[in-house]
Amino acid sequence: MGVPATRTLSEAASRRLVADAGVIVSDWATASDPDTAAEVAVAMGLPVVAKLCGDAIAHKTERGLVRLSLGSAADVHAAATDLLAAATEADGPVELLISTMLRGNRELIAGMVRDPQFGPCVMLGVGGVLAEAVADVAFRLAPLEDMDARDLMGDLGTQALLGEFRGEPAVDRDALVETLCALGALAADPGIVSVDLNPLIVVDGVAIAVDALVEVVDDRGDA
Amino acid sequence: MGRDLRPLFEPRGVVVTGVSSHPGKFGFVTLHNLLSCGYEGAVFAVGREAGSVLGQPVLASIESLPDGAAELLVVCTPVSVNEEIIRTAAARGVRAVFVAAGGYSETGPDGIEAEARLVAMADELGLVLAGPNGQGITSPPVGLCAQIVAPYPPRGRIGVASQSGNFVSAFQNYAGQTGIGLSRSVSAGNAAATCIADYLEWFADDPETDVGLCYVEGLTDGRDFFERMATVTRRMPVVVVKGGATSGGQRAAASHTGSLASDDRVFDGMARQAGMVRTPTIEAAFDAAASFATQPLPGGDGVLVLTTAGGWGVVTADAVTSHPDLTLTALPEDLLVAVDAMLPPRWSRNNPVDLAGGETRDTIPELLDLVAAHPGIDSILQLGLGIQGNTAALTRRGPFHPDHGLERIVDYHERQERRYAEAAAAASATHSKPILVASELAVAQPDNPMVTAVRESGRLCYASADRAVAALGHMAWYAAWLRARS
Repeated sequence: MGVPATRTLSEAASRRLVADAGVIVSDWATASDPDTAAEVAVAMGLPVVAKLCGDAIAHKTERGLVRLSLGSAADVHAAATDLLAAATEADGPVELLISTMLRGNRELIAGMVRDPQFGPCVMLGVGGVLAEAVADVAFRLAPLEDMDARDLMGDLGTQALLGEFRGEPAVDRDALVETLCALGALAADPGIVSVDLNPLIVVDGVAIAVDALVEVVDDRGDA
Repeated sequence: MGRDLRPLFEPRGVVVTGVSSHPGKFGFVTLHNLLSCGYEGAVFAVGREAGSVLGQPVLASIESLPDGAAELLVVCTPVSVNEEIIRTAAARGVRAVFVAAGGYSETGPDGIEAEARLVAMADELGLVLAGPNGQGITSPPVGLCAQIVAPYPPRGRIGVASQSGNFVSAFQNYAGQTGIGLSRSVSAGNAAATCIADYLEWFADDPETDVGLCYVEGLTDGRDFFERMATVTRRMPVVVVKGGATSGGQRAAASHTGSLASDDRVFDGMARQAGMVRTPTIEAAFDAAASFATQPLPGGDGVLVLTTAGGWGVVTADAVTSHPDLTLTALPEDLLVAVDAMLPPRWSRNNPVDLAGGETRDTIPELLDLVAAHPGIDSILQLGLGIQGNTAALTRRGPFHPDHGLERIVDYHERQERRYAEAAAAASATHSKPILVASELAVAQPDNPMVTAVRESGRLCYASADRAVAALGHMAWYAAWLRARS
């Protein structure tokens, strides 16, 4: 008995999984070396974010493995070189993840978690640096119907954040429904233990995941 | 459909075990309560000392119970003898058992085993098993008070199921205080075989029950509870209070989502998704249940505040405005014109509709009907009543009554208060809209003629405007939840 051992997927693998399920994620690509990183960044459109990406790397920000607002090929190249140099043996195989640098005044957080009492749940909350202090979050049990996802948005205390805000349009609720229902659908796979989309940045009203972390049951046997 | 709990709540005949002549013992108290609240079926007592208690012959053994004479067995005997008693009772035609006795899973490994044996036996014999370790049940439609405690609630439309016996008593006390009665109540005890969801499912199909009111602490299968409640709430509103909301707290988790998934937040989301009305307190739960039991559901979230006193209107309008599920309705132009014709020009000409003392004898009843009839108004909060009743109370007790014309004016004030309360109930029923009357007099002066008239109209006189706003908010939320799914 007991809780099964779990492991996290790399951001690239996590992004692939959630995007396939229907979560809206920012444009991204991987690269194995600084030259390729600079190429894909230019092709994607600058500025970009560069991150070190690997299965064992769950909390990139804390380790300084995220470089924001890289505005030129040279900047991307330099950042990629630094990031690869920061990898440790414990990180295992790593690569670079290049994604579009999105800007918006609003951040949300969303995810899926398995509750011991009620089973899989989908969360939506106000994101950003104050997210955990503010803790304006709400839950629904998965799977979610369209209406459940809308009600979940309605449960947030900070409704003003979902309306028109600082010259930006109101949050596109239909798009967010899609992401929330996708999170609920991911719960159907018993191998997926939890999902974090932290943060989603609201751009032109659309909440776009700029990071994803999927935790899966570790069935590799040696845990 | 759920289990048939009819033998528990409407038994043909009841038998109590553990009856002795000691008036402090549970067996005695239960027998007393059964004989004192109007139950018309046969009542049997079983005890170790033969003889008679409360004029009732005491059977020396359950063996002596006539075949088919009792459907409900209330067990007030110790664990060691109960299995044999229950088996014999079942052979005599008993179909439901309420085990009030403790000493089961709440006490440790031996008790857990004994409880498992009870459950297995009930399954084998096809018995409804309630408890063990519970206070009992009441069922006012049939005068049944099979409880080891008081009080016995007045009859009404609220079905109570609680994991705490004490909260059953609390709801019964509120029922007595407010006059908004109960249809059934049960203290689930250890809920070994029959759980809160079983009771609520049965209440949903019970013609005596219009609303379920429950208290839960722990759920053995949360998912099952959710799925069953999501079905129940389509047929009957359910009000829930959750104990232990702040304990438990955060779990260690790899994800931010996990660290934010406190028990309370997940329960809250589950309850809303299932259409359950969750309240933070016991009194708010009773207010909400009493509202569902006595008021029509609102057709929308708009609220009109009617008041004879300025301050109440202002703070209540604020409370409505800041409520996430209510809207302070902009006063429709045609209504404004109509009210203008009824009142001197100093009235507020806005929502809240503040009469500013401009009312005459028939204004309030006419106004209540006028605004309730308007299609743009979903619900009404009536404040500031009871002033005339208050004046009448002081005058009546004072040294000058009944002279100086005081008898006539006191009678007039009292009659007017009754008219207001009756007009509120009548307009609500006629136009099928909630009209909530709130006044601190409900508690401060429960014999105020306005308060007693509200009570006699079968409605709750809300103890404060804030509590009325909260209750109305719950009704509006539930009505919207239902509409969205129909």
